[in-house]
Amino acid sequence: MTDIADQSVSTAAATTGRSLLQRGEHAKRRAASETRFRMLGLVAVMIGILAVVGLLASILSNGVSSFFQTYVTVDIYLNPAKLDKTGNRDPEALQKVTTFAYAPLISAAVEKLIETHGIEIEGLKPKDAAKIISKEAPASVRNYVLAHPSKIGETVKFDLLADGRVDGYYKGRVTMDSAKLDRNISPERLELADKLKHAGVLKTRFNWSFFTAPDASDTRPEAAGLGVAILGSAYMMIIVLVLSLPLGVAASIYLEEFAVQNFFTDIIEVNIANLAAVPSIVFGILGLAIFINFAGLPQSAPIVGGLVLTLMTLPTIIIATRAALKAVPPSIREAALGVGASKMQATFHHVLPLAMPGILTGTIIGLAQALGETAPLLLIGMVAFVREFPGAPPEGFFDPASALPVQVYNWTTRGDPAFVERASGAIIVLLVFLIIMNGLAIMLRRRFERRW
Amino acid sequence: MNEMTETATEAAVNAAASNRSVKMRGDKVGVFYGEKQALFDVDLDIYEHEVTALIGPSGCGKSTFLRCLNRMNDTIDGCRVTGKLTLDSENIYDPKIDVVELRARVGMVFQKPNPFPKSIFENIAYGPRIHGLVKSKGDLDEVVAISLQKAGLFEEVKDRLNEPGTGLSGGQQQRLCIARAIAVSPEVILMDEPCSALDPIATAKVEELIDELRENYTIVIVTHSMQQAARVSQRTAMFHLGNLVEVDATDVIFTNPSDPKTQDYITGRYG
Amino acid sequence: MTPGVLILIVLAMTIVGFILGRRRAVAMANREKVKLHSLPGYYGQTVALFVAVPAYVLLAAWLFLQPIVIENHISDLIPASAIPEGGARSLVMADVRRIANGLDYVVGKGGVSEDELASMRADISNIRSRLADVGIALGSDVKPVVFQAAKTYRKIGKTGSLLRDIAVLAAALGFGLWALWRVNPRMRARNTSETFVKALLIASSSVAILTTLGILLSLLFESIHFFRIYPARDFFFSTVWNPQFRGGSDLGILPLLWGTFYVSFVALLLAVPIGLMIAIYLAEYSGSTLRSFAKPAIEILAGIPTIVYGLFALVTVGPFLRDWIAQPFGIGNSSSSVMTAGLVMGIMLIPFVSSLSDDIINAVPQAMRDGSYGLGATQSETIKRVILPAALPGIVGAVLLAASRAIGETMIVVMGAGAAARLNLNPFEAMTTVTVKIVSQLTGDTEFASPETLVAFALGLTLFVFTLGLNILALYIVRKYREQYE
Repeated sequence: MTDIADQSVSTAAATTGRSLLQRGEHAKRRAASETRFRMLGLVAVMIGILAVVGLLASILSNGVSSFFQTYVTVDIYLNPAKLDKTGNRDPEALQKVTTFAYAPLISAAVEKLIETHGIEIEGLKPKDAAKIISKEAPASVRNYVLAHPSKIGETVKFDLLADGRVDGYYKGRVTMDSAKLDRNISPERLELADKLKHAGVLKTRFNWSFFTAPDASDTRPEAAGLGVAILGSAYMMIIVLVLSLPLGVAASIYLEEFAVQNFFTDIIEVNIANLAAVPSIVFGILGLAIFINFAGLPQSAPIVGGLVLTLMTLPTIIIATRAALKAVPPSIREAALGVGASKMQATFHHVLPLAMPGILTGTIIGLAQALGETAPLLLIGMVAFVREFPGAPPEGFFDPASALPVQVYNWTTRGDPAFVERASGAIIVLLVFLIIMNGLAIMLRRRFERRW
Repeated sequence: MNEMTETATEAAVNAAASNRSVKMRGDKVGVFYGEKQALFDVDLDIYEHEVTALIGPSGCGKSTFLRCLNRMNDTIDGCRVTGKLTLDSENIYDPKIDVVELRARVGMVFQKPNPFPKSIFENIAYGPRIHGLVKSKGDLDEVVAISLQKAGLFEEVKDRLNEPGTGLSGGQQQRLCIARAIAVSPEVILMDEPCSALDPIATAKVEELIDELRENYTIVIVTHSMQQAARVSQRTAMFHLGNLVEVDATDVIFTNPSDPKTQDYITGRYG
Repeated sequence: MTPGVLILIVLAMTIVGFILGRRRAVAMANREKVKLHSLPGYYGQTVALFVAVPAYVLLAAWLFLQPIVIENHISDLIPASAIPEGGARSLVMADVRRIANGLDYVVGKGGVSEDELASMRADISNIRSRLADVGIALGSDVKPVVFQAAKTYRKIGKTGSLLRDIAVLAAALGFGLWALWRVNPRMRARNTSETFVKALLIASSSVAILTTLGILLSLLFESIHFFRIYPARDFFFSTVWNPQFRGGSDLGILPLLWGTFYVSFVALLLAVPIGLMIAIYLAEYSGSTLRSFAKPAIEILAGIPTIVYGLFALVTVGPFLRDWIAQPFGIGNSSSSVMTAGLVMGIMLIPFVSSLSDDIINAVPQAMRDGSYGLGATQSETIKRVILPAALPGIVGAVLLAASRAIGETMIVVMGAGAAARLNLNPFEAMTTVTVKIVSQLTGDTEFASPETLVAFALGLTLFVFTLGLNILALYIVRKYREQYE
C-alpha cells in the first residue's frame, strides 16, 4: 500500500511539468484523428445533400421540357365532300367517318402552308411534309368537327401538335445527325420545321394538355398526357382518406384509451408494428389475391388500388394518431371524468379534438406516401394502357384508370425517348403534389403545435 | 466597516494559503447562457492539496463555476465564459490550449454515478488508453489496480473486473467513477455533489476517500450538505445568485462567517 | 343499383334515422313530462347506428361472398367434357366471366334487347364476332355450354344483386325502425350508443389482424397451389431461373435471392456508413445553422417515392456508370446493374439510417458524454469508444430494418437492376431480384393457374418471411435497447 502511494506521488509530480500550451506527440496524433473524424462526418453530410440536389436536378432537367410542346398553326379546309358525303350533317353519319378521311385534309393544308410561305426544300417529298404533324392530329380535328358539325365546308385555324421528333429537335433530343439514321424523321423535315418556325407558324408553348389529356399510344408521345392518371390518383386518395382516417382513428382510440393489456391487444400491437414494415409489393399480392381473384372486383380499378393503399396507410395513421393521443396529458381526461363525463365523452369531446392536428398531420403524410406508391398498383393491373376517363364517383371508382406513379413507370417502359421526358415531367407533377401535401402537414403542425 | 471586513478576510485567506501554492485561480470569471448571466465576476483561488468546498443555495452558480474549471461548459450550446481562469498560471480559456489536455489534468466526478456500459476494468482503462499513458497490457493492469485501490474499491471488485460497471451499487459506482478519474493521473479533481445520489453509508465511504485523496490531489467539491463541507473541506466558498459571497478557511466560515447571507445559509434559514 | 348508390342511400337513411330518433325522444319527453336519461342527440345516434352498421356489414359481406357462391354454382354447370385437353376449369370460368361481361356491353351498346339475348344461341348467332365488335376478344369460338353458363352467370348475378339491394335496404329499415320504436325517455341511449361505438372501435382495430391474416392466407394458399404443381426442392435449391411460356420452366429461387442480397448489400454498404456519419455529425458536431438546413434537406430523400429513385437509376445513374466506369474498364455493357440499383437504393436508405441512428445516439444519456469528456477524451474518442458501443444494439436494429427495406424494395430494382437471373459476382452486370420477378410474373400474359404465375406467390411468401424475420429481430433488439435507458 505504501508502495502504491509513493508511485502515485511520483506520477503526479511528473505530470506537473507539462504545459497546456505544448502538445506532445500523442496529443498531436489525437488531434489529427479528431480532425479526420470530423471531416469524415462533414463529407457524409455533403454526400447526403449532394444526393438530394443531384436527384432533384436530374429529374428537373429531364422533365421541365415536357411542360412545353411544339405546335403548328394550320388553316384546314374541312372538305364536305370528304367528311359528309350526304350533306345533311347527320351526327350518326359523321361518326362513321374515321380519322383516315381527315389525314388528307391535313396533308393538303400543310402543302398549302409551305406554298404560302414560299418554302422550298430539296429532297422533301410533298407527302412527307405532312409528317411533321403528329399522328394524333386527325383525331383532334375529327373531335372538333363532331363537336361543331356546322363548320364543315369552312376553313378553320387549328393549332396542331407537331410530331414528337420535331418537338424533340427543339428540346435537343433529336439532331440533324440522328435524324439521318431515324426512320421517323428526316433532316429535310427538320429543315422545313426550322423554316416554319422562322415564319412564325411553328411555336413551342406551354402544354396544358399534358395535365388534361389521356395517355397516348407508343408512336404518339407528343399527345400523351396525365389526365387519366391524375384523376385515378385523386379517386384513390379519396378512397384512402374516407376509409383509413375513420378506421385508423377508431383503432387508435380503442388501443390508446380503452384497451386493457391482454392477449388480443398484444396481437394487434405486434400486427401494426409489422404491417408498417411489410414490403409494399406484398400488399399488391394481397390485393390481387383477395380483392381481384377472390372478391371479383375489376382489375385496374381505383377501388382496388384505394383499398390496397388504405391497408398500407393504416399503420402510418394509427402510429401517428396514437402518438397524438398520447401527447394529450392525462389531466385533461381526469378533468372531464371529474365533471361526470363518460369515458367515451371525455375521449370524443376533449382528447380527440386536442389530438386532431397531430392526427391530420399524420394522415396527410400517410396520404402522401400512398400517392407515391407504385409497386402494389402494378400487381393489380393499374399499369394497363387506359385512354378512357373513368366516370364520376361512385361508379367511376370501378372503372379502369391509371395512377400518377404507375403512369411514370408505364412511360419508362416505352421505346421512344420522348416518353422518358414525359415520365420525368410526370414525376415533377407528382412531386409538386407531394410538396403541397407535406407543406400542408408542416403548416398544420406549426399552427396548432401545443406544448403541454 | 465593509472595507475592513474585506481586508480582514483577505488577510485570513492569505494566511491560510501561505504554506500552499495556488493551483487554479479565477479572475473576474463570468458565465453567460445565451443572454442570461449565470455567474458574476468571481475571483477565487484553489490551493494545491486542499479540498475546496463550494456551497450555496440551488441555482447560485456553484456548479457552473465548477464546470468552468475544466471547461465542461463547452459542451453546452450558447454558453460563454468571460474573465480569466488559470491552471498553474496558464489561462485555460486561451484559444491555443488543448481542452483534452486540460481535462486530463483536471478530472471530474459527477453528481449521478455514470459508469460507461462496459466492464469495470474497461471503465478505468478508458482514460489511460485514450491518453496513451500506458505502453503495455501489464502497465494497464497495474494502473487499473492502483486506481481501484486508491478509490478503496479494489477489495470489493477484484474478482469481477470483467463484469459490467453498471451492475455495482450506487456507492460503488461513484467510487468507480472516482477511480476512473484517478486513473488518468489528474492534478485536480472536480466533484459535483458526488454524494447526493448515495445513501449515508456510501456517503461516509466516499467522504473518507476524498479526505485520503487530498494528499495527492487538489480537490474542488460542490455540495449541498453543510456537514459534508465541514467534514471534508479545508476551505469553503459561498455562492449566492451567481456571486461569490465569501471564501475562507472552512472552520472560519462555519464558526464566524463575515457575511450575513452565509450565516443564514449555514444555519438553515434558506437553501 | 350499384354498390356505390346503395352506400349513398343507406347514408341518407342514416341521417334521417338520426333526425327521427332525436325528435321522437324529445317529443315523448315533452308529452310524458319526464326528463330524458341522455342528451337528445344520443337517441338519434343510437337509431343512426342501428340503421347504418348492420346494413353496411351486410353489404360488405354480400359483395364478398356473392362472387364465390355464383362461381361455385356455375362451375358445376360446366361438364368436364367442355374443358379442353390440358386446360383448366379456371380458364373456362374466366371465359364465362368475360363473355358475361361482354354480353352486358352488347346489351348496353350493341342494341340487343334482353329478350333477343335470351333466345340467342351460341351455335347459331355468331357470338364471337358480336363480342369483338364491343371490344371483347375471345381466343376461340364459343361453345354452347359455355355460352349457356355465361347467360346463367349473368342471370344469377343480376338476381343476386337485386336480392342484395333488397336485403341491405331491409336491414337498414328494419333495424332502424326497431331502434326507433325502442326510443323512450327512460332508455339509456348514451350507454347503448357508447357500447355500440366501442364495439365499432374494437372492430376497427381488428382490421390490422385481418390484413395480416389476408396477406398470410393469400400467400400460403396460392403457394400451396404452386408447390402442388412444382416441386419445392427445385424451387428452393435450383440455381436456374428460366420460365417458359409453354411449361417445362426452371423456377429456382437461388439466382433471385443472390441478386436481392447482392443489391441490398451494395445499398447497405453505401447507406450505413454515410447515414451513421451524418447522424453523428449532425448530433455531435455541427452548428445549429448547418443542422437546421441539412437535416430537413436529407429528410427530403425519405419523402420521395421510390418510383422517382427508379427513374433516377434508369435515366442518370445507370447510363453514367455504364459510360464512365463499366465500359471503359471493360467490365460490363449494361446500364441496369447491381451497382446502379445498389447505389440508388443506398441513397434512398441514407435518411432512413440517419434518422434512426439519430434517435438512438440521442438516447445515449448526456451523463455518458460528460463522463468521457471529464476524463479528457476528445469528441471522436467519446463517440467511437463510448457512444457507439452504448448505441450498438440500437444501430444494429436500425441496420436490420434498413436491410428489410432493401430486400422488399421493388421499383428501384425493377428499373435499375435488370431482368436477367444470374449468379455472378460482377456488380456491373444486370441481375434480378425476388421483387422484380414477382412483378414480371404477375403482370405478364401467362395464365393464372400456371406455375409461371403461381411462383410469384411462393416468391412473395419467401420475401414476406425474410422481411418479417428481420423486422421482428430488429424491433426486439431496438426495444431491448430502449429498456436499457428507461
